[in-house]
Amino acid sequence: MTQTALRATSGPAPRHNSDLRELYTQMRRVRTFEERVGELFVRGQSAGSMLHLSIGEESAAVGVCATMRQGDTFTTHHRGHGIFLARGADPNRMMAEIGGKETGYCHGKGGSMHIADMGLGHLGANAIVGGGIPAVVGAGLASKRAGKGDVSVAFFGDGAMQQGILYESMNMAALWDLPVLFVCINNQYGMGTHIDQATKGRELHLRARAFGLQGETVDGLDVTEVREAAQEVMDGARTGQPGFLAVECYRFFGHARMDKSPYRKDEDEALGRQKDPVLHARAALIESGTEAGDLDALDRGIEAEMDQAIDFAVASGEPPLASMFRDVYGPDEPEPEPVRTRIDRVLARE
Amino acid sequence: MVQMTYRDALRQALRDAMTEDDRVLVIGEEVGRYGGAYGVTKGLIEEFGPDRLLDTPISEPAIVGAAVGAAMAGLKPVAELMYVDFIGMTMDQLGNQAAKIRYMFGGQIGVPMVLRTQGGTGRSAGAQHSQSLEAYVLHTPGLRLAMPATVADAYHLLRGALRQPDPVVFIEHKALYTLKEEVDLSSPVPDWGKAAIRRRGDDLVIVTYSRQVHNALKAAQDLSERGIEATVIDLRTLNPLDFDTVRTEVERVGRAMVVSEGVMTAGVAAELSARIHEECFDFLHDPVVRVAGEDIPISVSVALEAASVPTPALLRETAERLVA
Repeated sequence: MTQTALRATSGPAPRHNSDLRELYTQMRRVRTFEERVGELFVRGQSAGSMLHLSIGEESAAVGVCATMRQGDTFTTHHRGHGIFLARGADPNRMMAEIGGKETGYCHGKGGSMHIADMGLGHLGANAIVGGGIPAVVGAGLASKRAGKGDVSVAFFGDGAMQQGILYESMNMAALWDLPVLFVCINNQYGMGTHIDQATKGRELHLRARAFGLQGETVDGLDVTEVREAAQEVMDGARTGQPGFLAVECYRFFGHARMDKSPYRKDEDEALGRQKDPVLHARAALIESGTEAGDLDALDRGIEAEMDQAIDFAVASGEPPLASMFRDVYGPDEPEPEPVRTRIDRVLARE
Repeated sequence: MVQMTYRDALRQALRDAMTEDDRVLVIGEEVGRYGGAYGVTKGLIEEFGPDRLLDTPISEPAIVGAAVGAAMAGLKPVAELMYVDFIGMTMDQLGNQAAKIRYMFGGQIGVPMVLRTQGGTGRSAGAQHSQSLEAYVLHTPGLRLAMPATVADAYHLLRGALRQPDPVVFIEHKALYTLKEEVDLSSPVPDWGKAAIRRRGDDLVIVTYSRQVHNALKAAQDLSERGIEATVIDLRTLNPLDFDTVRTEVERVGRAMVVSEGVMTAGVAAELSARIHEECFDFLHDPVVRVAGEDIPISVSVALEAASVPTPALLRETAERLVA
């Protein structure tokens, strides 16, 4: 699969059931990327200890991104690999960034939680729960002024539903009729805390409606349903009616790499993992006549693509030490003085 | 030459920037119809309309966060924080987002926004409306920091701030809004990032900024009558910090006093003092002395408030003892 082809598929929304194969492909790419990204550590790459997998949540990323178009912008939370991939990211550069390599999207300075690409409208992943949300209000303001109908989408988890900044941002977006969409990927857990232990207000979309946004909740099992629900709120957002969509998913694995989920029972986990949007789409494809062997070949091609991304990241070099002082300020500004240089200067006196 | 207040100069800077560049917009609480809590934006909504002067709900984090996103999307937002005391509300958007986006994203994009706010004592406004919190900002790489002392600088530093590629926190002093000076805004001022030597003398150097520049000049006048001549350096911007000017003057004179309205401990004066000690050690006749705010909250009581921050009398006495 070539990069050009991937970018092309991240364009306008597929509209018919025959596009399920494309949605499946994108979800499988996300899953395989997430399954393989841990390989970086196995291969002795030390950077990027903060790794949050979105396995089980692929339908949210792929279903919503299928309604986005070129010119749209977005921010994500710390669990955003799938969203960026679904918007057309190059797995090689993603994998390299997660490994802290020079060839990564941010030259190794951002990593998994601060990956961004202005070319694809990615205004940044965020390591602060809710931290990336208000930026879409500002981007929405700019978009409204430009009048091209571009939408700015904030992706976040259920943890951010308990952060004040979300409500300030939704309120402003509604007040100013901004082309903005708020997407909560509710994977049921804020780190080790189940959403039932975080709030009694479980109908998340009602909170958005209280601010005057169009608010919906959709089950994340069926990616086509997610896409349809997303399309509805996206159509509103394009015409200045900001929206909110909660996608109900299940986080298959722990919060981060080292978390073995001691806070939930094995049987609950097994039950939760039955809500598997990738397998669900695969079953639907086979039911509608696609050969299993055909899908196996597709999956193997994706595995090869992600293996290649691992190889690319492992083979890439660390950023040069001199880059450490670069980009603290604008390109024509002096770089901060290194501590060692300063010490030398202070101790150089006669 | 024209008589103008600090407040008028700020408004003129906004007006000129907004006229020149339609990407400039003001966003904040009461900036439009009300005209700003201290009247800085008064009348601008009639000139530029509500799409350029965005009145917001009372949501400081989202005001700064929206400015971040707007700047990334190509606008030039001037966000207004009514009091610098509210900066803690916004510290995630300011310190974790605005300040770090260029670096975290490998230089792909900057956040050219200005956060206008005001601080300091002088209005009996109490502990949550009177602070000098510039050290919070200075402690965060990626944020520029300007603190104008004069009417001309209120204009030029704000224009300069709007030309920066990076986020600038612009802290006005609430006691200076009514300061009136004869200015010619077309006459040259030091470049952005350069300090101004407001007075020259050979006995000591007073390094300061914002309202304390005026206190230092008052003290220097009194000192002069007693035969002590002080140099007064107005830093104008704390980031970038023009330490070259400080070093040159301190090495020439051999004595330095640093003055800040912010509290003493771990403050701007501490940073300046450390740098002078390290870099001018062989030229110093005496230790650098810090005159800063007391390590206490600010009281509403006019008497306690006034005694909480450096006064011209304290500056004069300290300088006399330093030189003696």
